[in-house]
Amino acid sequence: MTTLTQEADVPAPRDAAPSGAFLSVRDLYVHFDTEGGTVKAVDGLSFDLERGRTLGIVGESGSGKSVTNLSILGLHNPKKTDISGEILLEGQELTTAREKTLESLRGNKMAMIFQDPLTALSPYYTVGRQIAEPYRKHMGVSKREAHLRAAEMLDKVGIPNAKLRVDDYPHQFSGGMRQRAMIAMALVCNPDLLIADEPTTALDVTVQAQILDLLKDLQQEFGSAIIFITHDLGVIANVADDILVMYGGRAVERGSVAEVLRAPQHPYTWGLLSSMPRLAGDVNEELVPIKGTPPSLLAPPPGCPFHPRCEYVDEVAGGKSCSGDRPRLPEGRGAACHLTGEQKKTFFIEQIKPRLG
Amino acid sequence: MSEELTLTKPQDDVPASGEPLMKVEGLTKHFPIMGGFPFKRQVGAVQAVDGIDMSVMPGESFGLVGESGCGKSTTGRLLTRLLEPTRGKISYRGRDISHASRKDMAAVRSEIQMIFQDPYSSLNPRQTVGSIIGNPMEVNGINPPGGREKRIREMLETVGLNPEHYNRFPHEFSGGQRQRIGVARALALEPKLIVADEPVSALDVSIQAQVVNLLQQVQRDMGIAFVFIAHDLAIVRHFSQRLAVMYLGKIVEVGDRESIYQRPRHPYTHALLSAVPEARLDDGEEDQRERIRLAGDVPSPINPPSGCRFRTRCWKAQDKCATEAPPLVQITGNAAGHLTACHFPEEGSTTAREQDVVLDSALRAMESGGPAGD
Repeated sequence: MTTLTQEADVPAPRDAAPSGAFLSVRDLYVHFDTEGGTVKAVDGLSFDLERGRTLGIVGESGSGKSVTNLSILGLHNPKKTDISGEILLEGQELTTAREKTLESLRGNKMAMIFQDPLTALSPYYTVGRQIAEPYRKHMGVSKREAHLRAAEMLDKVGIPNAKLRVDDYPHQFSGGMRQRAMIAMALVCNPDLLIADEPTTALDVTVQAQILDLLKDLQQEFGSAIIFITHDLGVIANVADDILVMYGGRAVERGSVAEVLRAPQHPYTWGLLSSMPRLAGDVNEELVPIKGTPPSLLAPPPGCPFHPRCEYVDEVAGGKSCSGDRPRLPEGRGAACHLTGEQKKTFFIEQIKPRLG
Repeated sequence: MSEELTLTKPQDDVPASGEPLMKVEGLTKHFPIMGGFPFKRQVGAVQAVDGIDMSVMPGESFGLVGESGCGKSTTGRLLTRLLEPTRGKISYRGRDISHASRKDMAAVRSEIQMIFQDPYSSLNPRQTVGSIIGNPMEVNGINPPGGREKRIREMLETVGLNPEHYNRFPHEFSGGQRQRIGVARALALEPKLIVADEPVSALDVSIQAQVVNLLQQVQRDMGIAFVFIAHDLAIVRHFSQRLAVMYLGKIVEVGDRESIYQRPRHPYTHALLSAVPEARLDDGEEDQRERIRLAGDVPSPINPPSGCRFRTRCWKAQDKCATEAPPLVQITGNAAGHLTACHFPEEGSTTAREQDVVLDSALRAMESGGPAGD
């Protein structure tokens, strides 16, 4: 491929042995029992994450991106959830770990930034106390020390007058400040793994730009690995090193940012790119939406989950059927699609690329 | 009369070209804040919209962008007269409707329609699709040839739904399909102006494009003027020929698409454009756009800054900005119709500057101290 220009300065081998990765998710299945039947929220997902790198997970609502990360943190309801596969954090298995083990990891080694800071922060306690709580629990320091640490963290994430604002309640903060407080709370114990679930979706675009840059700078300082979940390809392009595209509970494409955005291989990724208007795009070029609607996870389509909406089903040759055989996502760079590598390349260059202006 | 469907007949009753369909002067909406005990009295006001001037030409798509709390939705509701303006004048086809009575409005209501943001709360769950689309026709006394039901089925087909779904309820549809029902409801009255308030922001990316294309097709084929309210600058650019940028209840810049996106002059427009996250799809080259990172959030509209409202977050603000509100005028170097409200306008270019504008204290501390960022 001619477009792998980024490859040169990314020496980390992405398809290293799973045991070497900092976080390794292998064959994860998460199923929920509901009144309507079994929801197959995550259906055979594998990925690895190295320390200091950012993995962007893109997908629409119901693609299983949030559920994946809730199960990494062990935040699912064990009574109603059927979970199988492996989640290894530095070699430690998390799916079968006891609640006590998870408790000692959460907020300490792995932390999460939620989408809506207003519901994720308790209105009853001061911001400072909420930031200090995990620090006291995991570091065993005094109340006073934890309070000072909270003020220091608030200052770090750019809250003016942090020493005074640390005793404020969440309602006294604006939306952007609350999200900064959430970031401070997540980073207070220097976690090795940070999961950010749509952290900027509820924010305005100028504030979003501040928060994204802040996260990038903080990552450089703390060296955490970040999983960044979003539906916005523009945001992913800004923050992530690698991209995982999810659809119907499965990963359909994986690669570095440059690979996935400049030479995407899966028809779903093509659809996402051509249905999204861009600031630099040609205004007279019509958007090309993906036909139909995302599948129900109660009864996902057999074979490739995208086949009912895919334009290229008829192009698949070699006796493979999109509605019968489930395409496999190769390790490293690749897409879960029955089209041949040659076909993916020609279709993208001849049909998709001209649309993107 | 099955050709009714496309409504491509010439708009004979549209005012002569050059005359706006809707014109707004000094439009103001203040929501009172009541307080005190035992007798409640007004203790302040949320200055949601504070003296805006704009006009919408027949058949054009006019975009309204800004961040939350800038008053763009309130403006939309004022234009449709769902809210009563505090001050100012709204004229529709030369007629003043700013304080028109319910009776006087009746004639105009069917010509100005609205599409709402949330397709879940804007459709009555207890009504069938047929009655949701048919009720406005009944209220406005519209009796199309062939009966209302025939017209409703045509409308469903126009927006890409199955006419057989006439008797279904909203919960049987997905978000994108519901938004199509909302579009059909607005179209059923053959409006001249549709105010679309964030019509796609509640939808998934792949569905957004479907609805944007539908609206664009409707706008072109039927010659309906649109006021398209959105916070997504890329979508507004795709949809609107002309747009206004709002900040804290005021229009800070207005102009055609080309002027605003290629040659913006107001610092806020610069900041807004530079903040849009953009996926670079071209090979190799780095981002050529300027980088501006503001500090903090939008101030409260209850007590907005004096003078220019953007001055508290602006890197060019001087004493004059605090005392004198800049008028919305055509500054030198701007194309006709490109108006900017700024005392110290920026260069009309969005390419990267020698030095990034970073006002955020945390970012500045980290980027100057630690290892140099990108």
